[in-house]
Amino acid sequence: MAEAAPAQFRKRLVTLQGALPWITTPILLAVFVLIWDSYVRFSGISPLILPRPVAVWSAWLELLADPRAWHHTWMTVYATLTGFAYATVIGVTLGVLIARIRWLEQTLNPFIVATQVIPKVALVPLFVLWFGFGVTSKVIVAAVLAFFPILTNTAMGVKSIDEGHRDVMVSLNATRWQVFRRLELPSALPFIITGLEIGIVLAIIGAVVGEYLGGNAGLGHLLIARLNAFETDQMFAVLIHMSLLGFLFYFAIGALRRMLVPWHASARLRV
Amino acid sequence: MTHPAIAFDAVEKWYGTRDEPVHALAATDLAVAEAEFLVLLGPSGCGKTTLLRMIGGLIAPTSGAIAIEGKGLWQNGQRQAEALSDLGMVFQEANLFPWLSIEQNIALPLELKGVPRAQRAARAQELARLVGIQGFEKRWPRELSGGMRQRAAIARALSYDPRILLMDEPFGALDAMTREAMNLELQRIWLATRKTIVLVTHSIAEAVFLGDRILLLSPRPGRIDMVVDVPFARPRVPDLQSTVEFQEIVRKLRHRLAEIS
Repeated sequence: MAEAAPAQFRKRLVTLQGALPWITTPILLAVFVLIWDSYVRFSGISPLILPRPVAVWSAWLELLADPRAWHHTWMTVYATLTGFAYATVIGVTLGVLIARIRWLEQTLNPFIVATQVIPKVALVPLFVLWFGFGVTSKVIVAAVLAFFPILTNTAMGVKSIDEGHRDVMVSLNATRWQVFRRLELPSALPFIITGLEIGIVLAIIGAVVGEYLGGNAGLGHLLIARLNAFETDQMFAVLIHMSLLGFLFYFAIGALRRMLVPWHASARLRV
Repeated sequence: MTHPAIAFDAVEKWYGTRDEPVHALAATDLAVAEAEFLVLLGPSGCGKTTLLRMIGGLIAPTSGAIAIEGKGLWQNGQRQAEALSDLGMVFQEANLFPWLSIEQNIALPLELKGVPRAQRAARAQELARLVGIQGFEKRWPRELSGGMRQRAAIARALSYDPRILLMDEPFGALDAMTREAMNLELQRIWLATRKTIVLVTHSIAEAVFLGDRILLLSPRPGRIDMVVDVPFARPRVPDLQSTVEFQEIVRKLRHRLAEIS
């Protein structure tokens, strides 16, 4: 009994720690909104510059009731996910190849670094010029932004495979395909998912920036339109809408991680 | 015609570049008998791991021929699957795949060979019992202690019932108490399965306690320096280690080791 007591106490502590964000997050959020509201009321700042939280809240409810807003949301979701899908397929494939074929890595490395170093957002007007004001240019921007972290993380994952694990597969006379399927892929998967986690956030940024600069659809377009109309409360509502979308995608990848690599330490990390 | 479990015919190994060649193993002849427990002992750099990895087909010899159960291990630079299927390897690290359960790890070689799932699971259960980790089949490797993980690695090597078990300092990473327990366990498993075992170690006591025959290797270049037969009856018990006869063999090996390292 004497030994069970501290163990039970420790267990309760762990449960408490797990529940902590559920308590602190609403409190911190409430404090933030309170400070925001007080500032607007007592500084006399124009609601065109900074609206009150209440106004933003009702603007968001209006947004949710507006079918056109849902059309814009869908356009952004479509551009993000399509671009992300392209980035994933190309990034993972190229990442695996680069990690395994030395001369390919050496040949492509300067170009990969170049695509990373060039401020890609500055290329968006060019993409609009080439691929038009439609959704295609947004898909491409999302894909280009999301591609790099997926590629590098995949390559790093394939490269950091344990030599001892390789020895096991060699001693078992595994075929090249078996080594890939049973060792390299599962071993690299936590790294790939980290790449996807960074990639999905960049894909949203890419889609939204694409919508800023051209076309007449998507949440990025909606935000600029509201800004130009001086409907600042509605602009904030769009911003909140976008952020929620970002959270949703990010948590979806987190769920994917817990599903695909439950054995890895990262699956127990909650960030 | 009977043949030894493992036969080396003038096997030699060079490493390194043309300018700076390293003679890892001088031309060596060796015959390991069926169901023998052979121990390779020696200081670091004596080529004992190289020798073991050559038996396991992980490294190709520079010259000479290796036969496993009478079958050539290498032919035209290709490892022969038929010879490899008689070999099971256990490494210093357990090298279990962290994304597979203990049961899936044990059954991995069977999976690679295309054995049906139900049959694999049954075999994994049987082996888990043999190595003493029953009840842990569904756990992740990280949930097991170092000793238990190494037991699972032994079970994995035994899964396809190879006739020879090769062990590269399998208990080197374990603490002294676990190590002694694992030595007893290994003897029990060996007596139960009657495999041919080649074990690499740098613990003299471990070598004398486990081996039927000890090859002492010396470095630069790696070669067999001394062969010691260990006459004690089986099963050997831990108290054997305090007997005069045991100590005498340990003393002889220790002196020779001090001279060659």
